Amino acid sequence: MRRYAIPAFFLTPATVLIVLFFMVPVVATLLLSFTDISTTTLSKPSWVGLGNYRDLLADPFLKKILANTGKYVALTLLFNVGMGLVLALLTSLVPSQIGDQFRALWLLPRILPPVVYVFIWQGLLTQAPMGLVSDLLGVSKNWIAAAPWSVVILANGMVGASFGMLIFTSAIRAISRELFYAAAVDGATTWQTVRRVILPLLSWPILFVTAYQTLSLLTSFEYILLLTDGGPGFYTTEVWSLRAYHLALSNYFGNVEFGLGAAMAAVLVLIGILVSLFYLKIFNFQNLVVEPKVEVN
Amino acid sequence: MIKGTDVTLRGLSKRFGKVWALKGLDLEVQAGELVAFLGPSGCGKTTTLLLIAGIYRPTTGEIHFGERRVDHLHPKDRDVGMVFQSYALYPHLTLFENIAFPLRLKKVPDAEVKSRVQSTADLLGIGHILNRRPAQVSGGQQQRAALARALVKEPQLLLLDEPLSNLDAQIRLSARAEIRRLQRDLGVTAILVTHDQAEALAMADRVAVFSTGELQQFATPDELYRKPKNTFVASFVGAPPMNLIEGVFKERAFEAGGFRQGLEGPHPQGQGWLGIRPEDIELRAEGTPATVLVVEPLGREALVMVESGGVRLQVLVPAEAKPAPDQQIHLHLPAEKLHYFDRTGTRVGP
Repeated sequence: MRRYAIPAFFLTPATVLIVLFFMVPVVATLLLSFTDISTTTLSKPSWVGLGNYRDLLADPFLKKILANTGKYVALTLLFNVGMGLVLALLTSLVPSQIGDQFRALWLLPRILPPVVYVFIWQGLLTQAPMGLVSDLLGVSKNWIAAAPWSVVILANGMVGASFGMLIFTSAIRAISRELFYAAAVDGATTWQTVRRVILPLLSWPILFVTAYQTLSLLTSFEYILLLTDGGPGFYTTEVWSLRAYHLALSNYFGNVEFGLGAAMAAVLVLIGILVSLFYLKIFNFQNLVVEPKVEVN
Repeated sequence: MIKGTDVTLRGLSKRFGKVWALKGLDLEVQAGELVAFLGPSGCGKTTTLLLIAGIYRPTTGEIHFGERRVDHLHPKDRDVGMVFQSYALYPHLTLFENIAFPLRLKKVPDAEVKSRVQSTADLLGIGHILNRRPAQVSGGQQQRAALARALVKEPQLLLLDEPLSNLDAQIRLSARAEIRRLQRDLGVTAILVTHDQAEALAMADRVAVFSTGELQQFATPDELYRKPKNTFVASFVGAPPMNLIEGVFKERAFEAGGFRQGLEGPHPQGQGWLGIRPEDIELRAEGTPATVLVVEPLGREALVMVESGGVRLQVLVPAEAKPAPDQQIHLHLPAEKLHYFDRTGTRVGP
C-alpha cells in the first residue's frame, strides 16, 4: 500500500481534473443520447433507448453528410500536414531571421477571432469592385458560392497549417546539426537530406499532428458555419458536426434537442476512436515509443 | 588501397558576423599524412575542418586537393569522409544502412553495396552487429560505425572531428592506435581535430597548433615539444605544461622578483620569458634554493610544486626521490634545457 501512496498523491490532482472534465462529460453525453431530452421535455425526459440512433440512420441525408465530412477532414488534413511540413522545412532551411519572421506572420490568423478572419475571406472573395480576388482575376464572382469546397478547405488550412509548422519546426531544430553535416559529406543533396534524414526523424510529430488535427477537424465547424453555413444550395458543405448543430441546437422549430445532439456527438467520438486506432497501426506506434527515463519503484 | 590526396590551404579565412574564426591560414598536408589540428575550443581548428569538408564557405582563400581547387564545390563533390564528435549516425537506420548511406546516394548496385559495407565493417570489427540501430550498440561500436561510413566510399581524405573524445579512457587508447594503423594501411590522407595534446602527439605525423583563429606552429610532434615557437605552444603542448617565468634578461642572468638564474651563451635582453619543462628541472644538493609547496604522486613520478624567490615552478621527479612538503630543496636548471621567449612571447634562439 505504502508503495503506491506517494505516486497516488501526486496523481490525484490530474486524475480529479480528468474525471471531472473528461470522463463525466463522456458518460453524461452517452446517457443523454439514450433519452429524448429537449427544451420541451427538459423537466420530464424519457428513456428512448436507441431511438435517437435509429433516427440518425433513417436520415435521408446521412450518406451525403458522411461523405462531406470525410472529404472535408481528408482534404483539410492533407493541406494542414503537407503545408505545415513544407513551411517548416522551408523556414528551417533559409537563414533563421527570415524563417522566424515568416513563421510569425503565418501565425497571425490563429490569433484572430474566427468571425473577423472569415469576414476578411468574405471581403477578399466577393464580387468586383469590392472583392480583391475578383479584381485581380478580372472575373467578377462571389467565389465562396462558386468554389465553396476550395474556400472552406483553404480558410481552415491557412490557420491549421501553422500548428504543424510549429511542431515540425521544433522537431527539425532538435535534430543535431552534425547529422546535417554528415548527410552533406556523405553526398546528400538538400532534397535527399529532407527525404532520407529529416522526414524519417519526423514520423512521431507527423503522427501526432495528423491524429490531433483529424480529431479537431471532425468536431470543428465554426469556419464552415460562418463561410457557407453548409451551403450553398442543399447541404453542399454540410459536415457531421455542423449537421448536429443545425439539427439539435439550431433547428427550424426552435426546440433544442439535447438528446439527439448527444447521439450525434457520440457517433463522432466513435469515429474519432476508430481513426486514431488506424493511425497508431499504420505509424507502428510501438516502435515510436521510448522507454521512460524515470522509473518509479 | 586508397590514393590519398595532398591538401593545400592558401590564405584561408572565415568570418561569422563580426568575428573572424580563422585568419589567413596557409598550410600544406602531404598525401598519406596524418595531420592533427590542435588547440583549445574556439581556436579555429573545427572551423578549418568544416571549411575543408565544404560545410562552410571560406570568406577568403583557396582550398586545393592535389591539382583540384575545391573551395567552391558542394561537400558531396569533394570526395571526403568525415567522422564527427557525436558520430552523427542516423538514428532511424541500422548500422548497415548507416554505413551504406553514402553508397546508396551514389546509386551503387545492391550487391556491391552489400559486399563493400560488409568488408568495411569487418575491417573495423563490427561486421556481426550490422542489423542493430545506433542506440543499441556501445559508444565504441558507434564510433567504429561512423568510421566505417566515412571509409566505405574510399575517400581521398579522411576528416576526424574529435573522434575519440566521447570514448572511455581505456577504449580511447586502443582506438587511437587503431585509427592510426588503419589510416597508414589504407594510405588515406587524414586530418584529426583534437583539443588533447597527448592524442595529437601520439597519432599525428605533424601537428598544427591553433589559437584565436591563427596557426601558431606546424611541425612534427618532436619539434613541437623541443622547440615551441612561442609561449602559447610551449604551454599548450606537453603535460604537465612547461614552466614559463616572466622576468628580465640581464647580462648573463635572468631575474624575476627574487628568482635568479645564471645564463650562458647567447640569450635575449630585456623583458621576456624563461621556459623550462617540469621533467628538465633537477633536484640537487646545491643550486637555486626553493621550498616545496605541494607533492602530487602520479605513480611512476611525482609532480612537485615549488617556490623560489616568489616564482612557482612545477618539477617532475622520480617517485622514490620525491621530497616532503615544506622541505627546503635546491633546483638545478640545465642551460641546454632552457627556452627563451621575448616580450611578445616569440621564441628566441635555436
